[in-house]
Amino acid sequence: MTAPLDVSGTELQAAPEAVVEGAGGAKAIQGRSLGQIAWMRLKRDKVAMAGAIFVIFLILVAIFAPVITGLLGHPPNEFHQDMINPETMGPKASWGGINKDFLFGVEPVNGRDLFSRVVYGARISLLIAFFATMLSVVIGTVLGVVAGYFGGWTDMIISRAMDVFLAFPLLVFAIALAGVIPDKAFGLEGDTLRIVLLVFIIGFFSWPYIGRIIRGQTLSLREREFVDAARSLGARGPYILFREILPNLVAPILIYSTLLIPTNVLFEAALSFLGVGIRPPTATWGGMLSDAVHFYTVPHFMFFPGMAIFLTVLAFNLFGDGLRDALDPRSSR
Amino acid sequence: MVTYLIRRLIGAVVMLAVVSMVTFSIFFVVPRWAGATPVDMATRYVGRTASAEMAQVAAQRLGFLDPVIVQYGRWVKAIFVGADYDYGAGVEHCSAPCFGYSFLSRLPVWPDMLDRLPVTASLAIGAAVIWLIAGVATGVLSALKRGSFFDRAAMSVALAGVSLPIFFTGLVSLVVFSYGNPFRVTAPGSTYTPFEQNPATWAYNLLLPWITLAFLYAAGYARLTRAGMLETMGEDYIRTARAKGLPERSVVVRHGLRAALTPIITIFGLDFGLLLGGAVLTESTFSLPGIGKYAIDAIIANDLPKVMGVTMLAAFFVVFASLIVDLLYAVVDPRVRLS
Repeated sequence: MTAPLDVSGTELQAAPEAVVEGAGGAKAIQGRSLGQIAWMRLKRDKVAMAGAIFVIFLILVAIFAPVITGLLGHPPNEFHQDMINPETMGPKASWGGINKDFLFGVEPVNGRDLFSRVVYGARISLLIAFFATMLSVVIGTVLGVVAGYFGGWTDMIISRAMDVFLAFPLLVFAIALAGVIPDKAFGLEGDTLRIVLLVFIIGFFSWPYIGRIIRGQTLSLREREFVDAARSLGARGPYILFREILPNLVAPILIYSTLLIPTNVLFEAALSFLGVGIRPPTATWGGMLSDAVHFYTVPHFMFFPGMAIFLTVLAFNLFGDGLRDALDPRSSR
Repeated sequence: MVTYLIRRLIGAVVMLAVVSMVTFSIFFVVPRWAGATPVDMATRYVGRTASAEMAQVAAQRLGFLDPVIVQYGRWVKAIFVGADYDYGAGVEHCSAPCFGYSFLSRLPVWPDMLDRLPVTASLAIGAAVIWLIAGVATGVLSALKRGSFFDRAAMSVALAGVSLPIFFTGLVSLVVFSYGNPFRVTAPGSTYTPFEQNPATWAYNLLLPWITLAFLYAAGYARLTRAGMLETMGEDYIRTARAKGLPERSVVVRHGLRAALTPIITIFGLDFGLLLGGAVLTESTFSLPGIGKYAIDAIIANDLPKVMGVTMLAAFFVVFASLIVDLLYAVVDPRVRLS
């Protein structure tokens, strides 16, 4: 960043953000970088921190899913038909079969451990959401910066392409694309193929949201004095793009990728709900909800995966909103 | 104005052309990359039980062996002037706009889609009315009473709303309001009655899908409207309006809301167009026989002509809706015409 607040030890720093250590000593006033200031603001925002803590918790759950289910449950695809009432196909015990062995109860029909399936569902959900977001952030940033910086024909073509993407009936397209790929393709098969496919579909369709924002920011950054200064010192295009403009785009990139992750979690859940995402028996939250449609008499069956989606998306949204307030205090939202 | 109109129309046509190319490539080029041969693709037209020779013949007759560009031309031509199909049991004529025949039912796709359209349109229009009124009103009130209890409560609900998937809230509302409720009313939302037949039943059956769908959109619109209002109410011209003694009501509605609504209208155009092209998730959750349900059933059954038909119809609605929005802008705001 261009960090205008890095000048330390002057009276100018006696702004409210500066902290006085000791009682008016010589080295009492500390300068803070923009990043530090943003971090301080973020730490004060309790709601955003709660979101962040939940996100970290989720990531840990996803990474240690086998350990957690090993300690507290059963393998996610193991059948427990002794828990199922053969007449109703629902769980034998009341409350959906919730007990100390089955923390969230069992699934109707096969009696799989719902807790393990929700835990494993976090893996798929986060994996796809993270990688799809990364893909769209990379495409969106590169094209957005190029369009904003070079302008002219380049800008026109890229902007038109963004308009086309934004006007596409995304869900229908994504469903269609996820549906036509055969079970074995591109040298991959099974879950790996579906995961790669979903990452590409979701990432490829959501880049224009970031691209537009980055383009707009680049357009205004390009006219700033420090870019003129760099140019008059003899800097060339690539240097200006990567060393002068890109560092100033870190904040919007960070904010909008945090806010894109929950959208992508919902996107993946929707595709799996419709039966074109990850194929069963692999556990996904969307897939579990679509099974739950037929068993509305067993409400816990829709409650746990649904709440898992809701809390995940909410946590990311809270954290993203907090991040935006911290990094861009002028935005009134 | 006329030049602007012509430029926008050309833009819309180009957009549809691009969408048609992408749609076509998804179904005819991507499977090839993924390793399907033309004969594999033709097999779907004649049924899976067909012998290898029959599939070969069908591939030839249906033109799967031609270059992709020729196939694309034929597909576009069929949409405009109709086409003759020969599946091996004589020639059938499919009049324009022809989106081909279903693999399964062997019926032309277009009349089928027209049948489904009223369902999706009813759902979309009803929900749009609710979410626009609820969302914009909540957003404006929240912005005017910033920091109040109402604002904080409404924004918390709105944040929850944008974090909820419709297939979860839909299921929960079905369980709470129809299947499992203590009053045992007949399940609304699980059937569709045409409006002409009985408007009261039509509205009653759609009530649950409307409210569920509208809640999620209203949440997003409330957040957007609040942000827009906060921004415009801080502008200089609002202060000017107040300074010249306009009543507060007129300042808020005529000056503040009017400016804050413009971006909302853009988004509304896109959202509404997308919904008309198939409210896939809502229709699947509530089992409504609309365009979206039609599409998803077709995808699961691998019935490509239907899927392509829906994709093109959906794209048409989106492009058309954004065209209307742009033209409305040009009428309302003279600056648009000049840029």
